[in-house]
Amino acid sequence: MSASTYDAIVIGGGHNGLVNAAYLARAGKRVLVLERRHVVGGAAVTEEVHPGFKYSVCSYVVSLLRPEIIRDLDLSRHGLEILPLESTMTPMPNGDYLARWADRDQTRRELYRHSPRDADAYDDFGSLMYQLAFAVKPILEMIPPDPTSVSVRDLRALFRLGRHFQSLGAQRFHELHKLMTMSAADYLAEWFETDVLKATLSASGIIGTFLGPRSPGTAYVLLHHYMGELDGVFRAWGFAKGGTGAVSEAIAASAQSFGAEVRLESTVQEVTVRDGRAVGVVLQNGDEYAAKLVVSALDPRRTFLGLLDRSHLPEDLLTDIERFRIRGSSGKVNLALDALPDFTCLPGTGPHHRGAISISPSIDYLERAYDDAKYGAFSRRPYVDMIMPSMIDPSMAPPGKHVMSCFVQYAPFALNGGWSPERREAFGDAVIDAIAEYAPNLKDIILHRQVVTPADMEMEFGLTEGNIFHGELALNQLFFLRPTAEWARYTTPIAGYYQCGSGTHPGGGITGQPGRLAALKILGKLK
Amino acid sequence: MPLRTTPFHPRTAPLNQAQDWRRWSGFLVASAYELTHEREYWAIRSAAALLDVSPLYKYRVIGPDAGRLLDRVVTRNVAKCSVGQVMYTPWCDDDGKVMDDGTVARLGDDVYRMTAAEPNLRWLHQHSRRLNVEVADESDAVAALAVQGPNARAVVSMASEQDLADLRFFRVTHATIAGVAVTISRTGYTGDLGYEIWIPQEGARQVWDALVRVGKPWGLTPAGMLALDMARIEAGLILIDVDYVPARRAIIELRKSSPFELNLAWTVKLDKSGFVGRPALLAERDRRPTWQLRGLAIEWESLEEVYAEFRLPPQVPTAAWRVSRPVYAMGGQVGYATSGCWSPLLKKYITLAHLEAPYAAAGTELMVEVTAEHRRRKARAQVVDLPFFYPDRKRA
Amino acid sequence: MNAPYDAAIIGAGHNGLVTAAYLARAGWRVMVLEASDRVGGATKTVEFAPGFKVNPGAHWAGALDPSVLVDLQLHDAVTIIPADPAVFAPTPDGKSLVFRSDLDATLESIRSFSSKDAERWSRFNALLDRASGLLNVLYASPPPEFPAVHLRDLPTLGRAARYLKKLGRREMMEVLRVLPMPVAALLDEWFETDVLKGTVGASGIVGVMQGPMAAGTTAVLLHHELGGAMGSVRGGLGELTWALAAMVRERGGEVRTEAAVGEIAVRQGIAEGVVLEDGDEVRAKCVISGIDPKKTFLDLVPAASLGSTFLSRVENIRFRGACARVHLALDGLPTFTAAEGDQHVLRGAISISPSIEYLERAYDDAKYGAISTRPYLEAVIPSLVDDAFAPAGKHVMSVYAQYAPYHLGGVGWNAAASQRLGDTVVDTLTEYAPDLPSKVLHREVLTPVDLEQRFGVTEGSINHGELMLDQFFFSRPVAGHADYRTPIHGLYLCGAGTHGGGGVNAIPGRNAARVVLRDRAKGWGSRLRRQG
Repeated sequence: MSASTYDAIVIGGGHNGLVNAAYLARAGKRVLVLERRHVVGGAAVTEEVHPGFKYSVCSYVVSLLRPEIIRDLDLSRHGLEILPLESTMTPMPNGDYLARWADRDQTRRELYRHSPRDADAYDDFGSLMYQLAFAVKPILEMIPPDPTSVSVRDLRALFRLGRHFQSLGAQRFHELHKLMTMSAADYLAEWFETDVLKATLSASGIIGTFLGPRSPGTAYVLLHHYMGELDGVFRAWGFAKGGTGAVSEAIAASAQSFGAEVRLESTVQEVTVRDGRAVGVVLQNGDEYAAKLVVSALDPRRTFLGLLDRSHLPEDLLTDIERFRIRGSSGKVNLALDALPDFTCLPGTGPHHRGAISISPSIDYLERAYDDAKYGAFSRRPYVDMIMPSMIDPSMAPPGKHVMSCFVQYAPFALNGGWSPERREAFGDAVIDAIAEYAPNLKDIILHRQVVTPADMEMEFGLTEGNIFHGELALNQLFFLRPTAEWARYTTPIAGYYQCGSGTHPGGGITGQPGRLAALKILGKLK
Repeated sequence: MPLRTTPFHPRTAPLNQAQDWRRWSGFLVASAYELTHEREYWAIRSAAALLDVSPLYKYRVIGPDAGRLLDRVVTRNVAKCSVGQVMYTPWCDDDGKVMDDGTVARLGDDVYRMTAAEPNLRWLHQHSRRLNVEVADESDAVAALAVQGPNARAVVSMASEQDLADLRFFRVTHATIAGVAVTISRTGYTGDLGYEIWIPQEGARQVWDALVRVGKPWGLTPAGMLALDMARIEAGLILIDVDYVPARRAIIELRKSSPFELNLAWTVKLDKSGFVGRPALLAERDRRPTWQLRGLAIEWESLEEVYAEFRLPPQVPTAAWRVSRPVYAMGGQVGYATSGCWSPLLKKYITLAHLEAPYAAAGTELMVEVTAEHRRRKARAQVVDLPFFYPDRKRA
Repeated sequence: MNAPYDAAIIGAGHNGLVTAAYLARAGWRVMVLEASDRVGGATKTVEFAPGFKVNPGAHWAGALDPSVLVDLQLHDAVTIIPADPAVFAPTPDGKSLVFRSDLDATLESIRSFSSKDAERWSRFNALLDRASGLLNVLYASPPPEFPAVHLRDLPTLGRAARYLKKLGRREMMEVLRVLPMPVAALLDEWFETDVLKGTVGASGIVGVMQGPMAAGTTAVLLHHELGGAMGSVRGGLGELTWALAAMVRERGGEVRTEAAVGEIAVRQGIAEGVVLEDGDEVRAKCVISGIDPKKTFLDLVPAASLGSTFLSRVENIRFRGACARVHLALDGLPTFTAAEGDQHVLRGAISISPSIEYLERAYDDAKYGAISTRPYLEAVIPSLVDDAFAPAGKHVMSVYAQYAPYHLGGVGWNAAASQRLGDTVVDTLTEYAPDLPSKVLHREVLTPVDLEQRFGVTEGSINHGELMLDQFFFSRPVAGHADYRTPIHGLYLCGAGTHGGGGVNAIPGRNAARVVLRDRAKGWGSRLRRQG
């Protein structure tokens, strides 16, 4: 038993837990963060798996980390630098490619090559998405109201929400409604005719979901690409210098600078509940810590079913959490390379190596990748989104060598017959084959490879079912329904027990927003 | 090169003494060829200037319903456009807000060329439903040169070996220059006597060379965008993205303008049926537009007073500016000036300005913000009906 | 020239006729114009082989809104025979799931697969009732024009809010939660039996080019839950539209067939009547279109009289027909292995929907432009309950088949593809009724293209536009124009492509009539004055 009582204990030193802890510490609270692994970061870690080569093992790009978090926590002072990814390039089976560059004129010229009409449409599309991202932003920044409540606070929040939608005007509201309900493929078909463009755009709609580009609900994520612009970040995707782990380390350093303690290799066994109130935690090694409140940054299933005795929880909540859909769908392949991959469509070294390269040649290709996964297989020909961090930050690999981060979909957690070392390697081979079709030298330049399956993500990073978003981002699991209708406001039925992970609003990705909103809720700052 | 160059680049690049380029629709074009743009400006007003305007978007609209399509899109009455005629026109969205402006030239019975500042291919396609018409983007296929200034007629007539005295203002004709079949329109963006020559891309350099050759004795001078910008402000001609925000890029309503608000009421033919934005424009006409685009002439004496505070003579810009400045009446802000320049010809400091309708009558005394020695001051200015400069030769 | 009619109605499908009947009942002089040679649209009964009849559009009349039956006194004119059993769903291993009107019998059938599922069945149905009850409330009036909230919408919103509030907090959230769900996910939460999930889930995909794993298919299921019990009309579904047409004529209205409308006459933004393809003009104070929104706005209204945003929205409405029909004249009743000799179980719908995966795989084929290798089928044998459908001793089987994509890959629909589709359907059924091929006397296949031509509905979409969440409620047919009114003053929509539509429920027809009556009561309202 530790000598004194903490104001708050945060379970899980992933980026949301750390953000939460930092905000609480900054407000003068005595905070302890307990992390199971030997490093902070959760799924946002950089590890030197093969000597000299640093991998962002899981999460690999930073797009939506809230700028107010960077400012509030002074993350740049603690070493955070987010470098822009300049372009997206998609090689095509016919030997051509489609690229979108940092410059508008250059992108227009490139799109024009494929379709003059799409070149026109792309600008209009961008302008509309920008406006809609602006419209959605307040929703991502609010603690979800309870639509069933008649409390003044909730009614006021609902009223504000209604007013907000009205202020958008009919046209934008209806576009937003379409984005929320349509499939990326259908929505994009209203704008574009170039298949490879539609495919590459729609790919961002399927990342982290167990959905295909033709599944309704995937159009919405198109907006996320434009969110960054609202905050003065003009490139949608960024890469953290030092890898994604640098984000976590900077947040941890910030939290510590405010007085928070971060304890590694401390697996929480259980949250101690006394008289319906969380009063501390017990570690696997038997250590106990007392606190006035406990915050879980783990996914909803672990938060409720893993850390608490079922008897503490109402039946409805148990039902809701058990049917909360998590279903991991993605994997990761990290490669140590002797040289740069040479793409047949753009031979040699070029600016495309500094951006994202996407294996998404057509909507049908992505959809077929999804079809495999629906029936429990990994995609024979998967969608791959890759970046070469060493091109942006040379410290990621030994001089002249490179690392390549490949995000892969689909790899269902519930693989037929389960994941095994053989299946993991077969999956890795499928990924390499998919890329090598466009960069034939790839197989010759691989020095090492690390394949991460959803099962590995669950084992290694404690992500239930290997879901990178802590739960599917489906309409019935968003906003005031995330993770459950009753407990979507960071609180739980246990007094003094809070949630702050990606399983809460506004969900996954390295935004830090759930951690921040939960802290604000805890600090009573948001009315 | 990531940016594109026009077909004249092999000629213009060696002339560009300071390698002073700017971007226009994804192309490199010269800001000025000489080290100062002064001579280029005076060439427009006193001799003849040669301008590369190839980056304009050009669409060829062909078919039995070509006129009907254009009539559906633009505010002018294209049905009244005879073969050989050119019309300047804006076009609007459903809410009657200007999306772009350009020209429509009728080259044949069923053949039109539309020029635009912005890409409009998709917009034209969207309005081609059930019409027997084809729209082709000929932006790349057709290069364009403007010959502008009092001597323009002589230069272009000689180059085309054809007397252009009969080619009236806003008419177009087919011609040959240096063996290249071109079309010549009596149009321009300078408010001066001038022509625009539309040239198949592969013949572009021959035409340039021919014009330069015959133009020499007439003082024909290649001119860049800086000179053009001053001339067009004098002529009271608006520039997209500077003097108005095209509706498709205006994120908020406040930024959008109707043709009425841009001094283009004369282009809106409400008596023609069914064109995009008509119902909204009809309603706006009835309730009267809230904004007006006008000229403002800043009083020299007032400028002198402003600078006297710092014991300086008035400092006027040498090139046109494009950053909005507030315009005040006694009660507060009543508008904003969107572009302005010192007119070397008129010896006046002039601006284009959006003014609230009650303050838009010619002669109204207003104030424009000027920055003198890092401090904000207000200078008196009079509202002037556009254009500032209107020589007889413009339409002659 | 004759005095203008009070209303010209385009299309004598069931919704057009319902609107006409309501208006005629209110004393209006109406003219219904039907392009084909008989009334009914997709709600008719035809003889496809000598002595053999089918309902080639809809099978059932059970979804008809009860208020319409009462208002128009249709009970006197048509007899609805309840289907019992409602559904017989055989499985590949020779078992079957049977839904009967007797709950205990249904439970017993479910229990033969899973007692856990049987236990949950009633609670699940209660949830469906609660959730579809919300739709029922919303379908009672035109939808609000979100995001604006007008005074006139307050009663609708109030009713919906009261309805939800009455459910209680937990159930209210539950209803809101399930509305956007994929029907597969919903069923996974409740049941473990494949054929149960497949058969219930099939209602979630009817007429849409989506599989059961698509978000929004629960809403489709709920939509089809509305109305009374599943039933057929004695003498065929055509009796219903015949009765409606007779009712209109009785009240002084006219119903003209072979009167194809060529254009809606619009002057100064006001609809003044229609011009027929043969050049005849029919002047009317208002025009109400029962045909689909794409055909109405893109084919019949002069393009220049509509705004470009509106036109793009109409063009973007997704239709993409997903289903086909196969009609079989039979020498005798086929023997379904799973029926075990009990002919009685074949009196309702025979559903080939052994699992969610079966349905999803059927969709997989279709999304790449192919006919499902093994399609979802709903077959009926109307001759079992109604002698009018086949000569004595013979039978007729009418099969709804999904997916048959309108946008078929390759060369598209032709005789060979049609043949292939017919074979696929018969082969699929033969897996469950091995003697079927030997009984077939005659076969008719209606591909999506045939449906488009026969019923005049774009891309053969039986719902006049896919009934998915983005084309639903305040955005059906397009956002901002979901209240049956259109940008053309005096032009209204009343077809299945509008709010409440999809299936034979008569809701759009009824609602449109109410809106039109209200507008006239207000002297056609400020809408005309505004035009000036």
